[in-house]
Amino acid sequence: MAKRIGMEVSIAAAEAVKQANADIIAAYPITPQTHIVEHLSELVNNGELDAEFIPVESEHSAMSVCTGAAAAGARSFTCTSSQGLILMSEIVYAASSLRLPMLMILANRSLNSPLSIWNDHSDVMAIRDCGWIQIFADNGQEVYDHVFVGYRVAEDRNILLPFILNLDGFILTHVIEPIEMVDQEVADRYLPPYQPLYRLHPDHPVTMGCFGPPILFTEAKKAQDEAMNQTMPHIIKAWQEFGDLTGRYYNPVEVNGTEGAKTIIVTQGALGETASVGIDQMRAVNETVGLVKIRLWRPFPFEEFRKAVKGAELVVVMDRAISYGGPGGPLASEIRAALYQEESRPRVVNFIIGLGGRDVSPGDFVHMVERAKARPGEWYEIHGVRE
Amino acid sequence: MDTYLDRLNVYASRLVSQKEYFVPGHRACQGCAEALALRLVAKALGRNNVIACATGCMEIVSSPLPLTSWDVPWIHVAFDNTAAVASGIEAGLKVLMRKGRIPTQRINVMGMAGDGGTSDIGLQALSGALERGHNMIYVCFDNEAYMNTGIQRSSSTPFGASTTTSPAGTKVHGQTTWKKNMPEIAAAHNIPYVATACASYPFDLMEKVKKAADIEGPAYIHILSVCPTGWRIPPQSAIHAGRLAVETGFFPLYEVERGRYRLSVDLTKLRPVEDYLKMQGRFRHLTDEMIAEIQERVQKEYRKLEKKVEMTSPGSAD
Repeated sequence: MAKRIGMEVSIAAAEAVKQANADIIAAYPITPQTHIVEHLSELVNNGELDAEFIPVESEHSAMSVCTGAAAAGARSFTCTSSQGLILMSEIVYAASSLRLPMLMILANRSLNSPLSIWNDHSDVMAIRDCGWIQIFADNGQEVYDHVFVGYRVAEDRNILLPFILNLDGFILTHVIEPIEMVDQEVADRYLPPYQPLYRLHPDHPVTMGCFGPPILFTEAKKAQDEAMNQTMPHIIKAWQEFGDLTGRYYNPVEVNGTEGAKTIIVTQGALGETASVGIDQMRAVNETVGLVKIRLWRPFPFEEFRKAVKGAELVVVMDRAISYGGPGGPLASEIRAALYQEESRPRVVNFIIGLGGRDVSPGDFVHMVERAKARPGEWYEIHGVRE
Repeated sequence: MDTYLDRLNVYASRLVSQKEYFVPGHRACQGCAEALALRLVAKALGRNNVIACATGCMEIVSSPLPLTSWDVPWIHVAFDNTAAVASGIEAGLKVLMRKGRIPTQRINVMGMAGDGGTSDIGLQALSGALERGHNMIYVCFDNEAYMNTGIQRSSSTPFGASTTTSPAGTKVHGQTTWKKNMPEIAAAHNIPYVATACASYPFDLMEKVKKAADIEGPAYIHILSVCPTGWRIPPQSAIHAGRLAVETGFFPLYEVERGRYRLSVDLTKLRPVEDYLKMQGRFRHLTDEMIAEIQERVQKEYRKLEKKVEMTSPGSAD
């Protein structure tokens, strides 16, 4: 096993982008994404990474530059948070519909108003249906590893879709963790240079981004939906090959102690690690609670999820975003949809927690499981509101 | 077999390549001088050209799936980001050539948008691209309103013009603001080349496009693109209208090369703006007072331009 080095997760992410040989980096400053981009600009200006660093005038242009560069056949990278994502969202949808592979690291942060620079998942949930492959990382190692996996998946000719790597702002971006880096030779073997199927080049003129009249628009969208639905085996293969090279294997959902557990907690992102500490506390008093972490958010791993919660009676879903006037958080919506057709299905209780940087402790999970058993409101409850 | 053009004993066909890159069969309106200008721009830039095109008339008429009018690589992403997309293409090609992943050769990158896509919604992206100094050409095809969505006013619509969102009413007589001076905004970025052009002066237009392509760094070309549909003139008058816009000083043709201003058409005396305004339905409602106001403004702006030419001429004190 390679040596583990303590480093800030943002720096590890930037180092991975360097090792992935990104050609284009286009980004605009927004907290808490800044450390990643600052480090990349240092790497470029010190000649350690041969890439074009494009300091754009907005996130909208960051995504536009990446789209143009990817269309020209370059490996493109951007990184943003919160308002920046919402500003660029117009082009986020265009990039996936153009089937242009690229990687975006999203340091998750809440949306205005009130202004908050701190973490929740309302930014990424606002672009849930953007047609990108979307992953939530639980810790720094997952962030580092998924820069390679992200490009590998995005550029796979069976996929050709852009990739969002979510990491919780501050909670992950600004902490120092032990990171096991891959050798450059291993990185190069796993991730060869990007060979686009089509590129904007005078030798083979192509027209991209046509105007779609009603007689063809539906067909174009069906093709895009099918493309996304067919990605799962290729994503799993990319994880398998990464594991074979590094010893670190990943799955669409990560399970922990679900075997025989009547109660299962479901999380996304860094909450998973906190929840597992809470679960340990519950196990100490002979309560069997399992944990399911949803790593792959799009395409949603329906089969894997159903398998993971089979036999459970109570599923407690943690959401870090609200769907105002809706049936609770976006993750709980998905999970209820995943279970609805099942013959026997567990009761689903949804808590909305950790909004705008509100701290969530292991003890909160103990309280929420108790509360869930007491049957709180039908759809959802916002946990930890100060009276 | 000779084409029809080959058999004609005209001078132009001997001077200009007959190869088209914006090819026939597109769906532009009759008499569209924007499509004509675009054809000339594409011809002047030739084969080694990649185009990023904003949403708008030229995008819609040239790319209805599964057809295309483009014989050069072309991409449309959105309305407001053409300059950013073009800068991404430029940077992408540059880095791939540097890394030896594609052959090193001169490829021109061009961003194009209408007046709305340039002076309104795309202004920020354009300013960013010009400031960053990408080696690309940006062409604004200015037909002075949002023609594609049905002739709504833009910041490039001239004072007094009637559009569907600045209609000539009984209280307000058309557009109440003066046309935004987009070429001057581009020039304020201190880029190496800025020019205005019009399809009614085809050789001047093509010369400027070629010059823009040869210059290292960002170049901006602002083309007055007569729109018979939106301006309410007969399609056969489009070329004449463009000439009148220039001859009246309403749209002067000039270039700013490394800060040096030069008028492209030497007008000893400006024609009255009335000649230009009276031929167009969009100005039909103008009162004599409004025409006089426009005349005064046009002369003032033209004098300002002449001053800049004088101040930046090789012999000037500066």
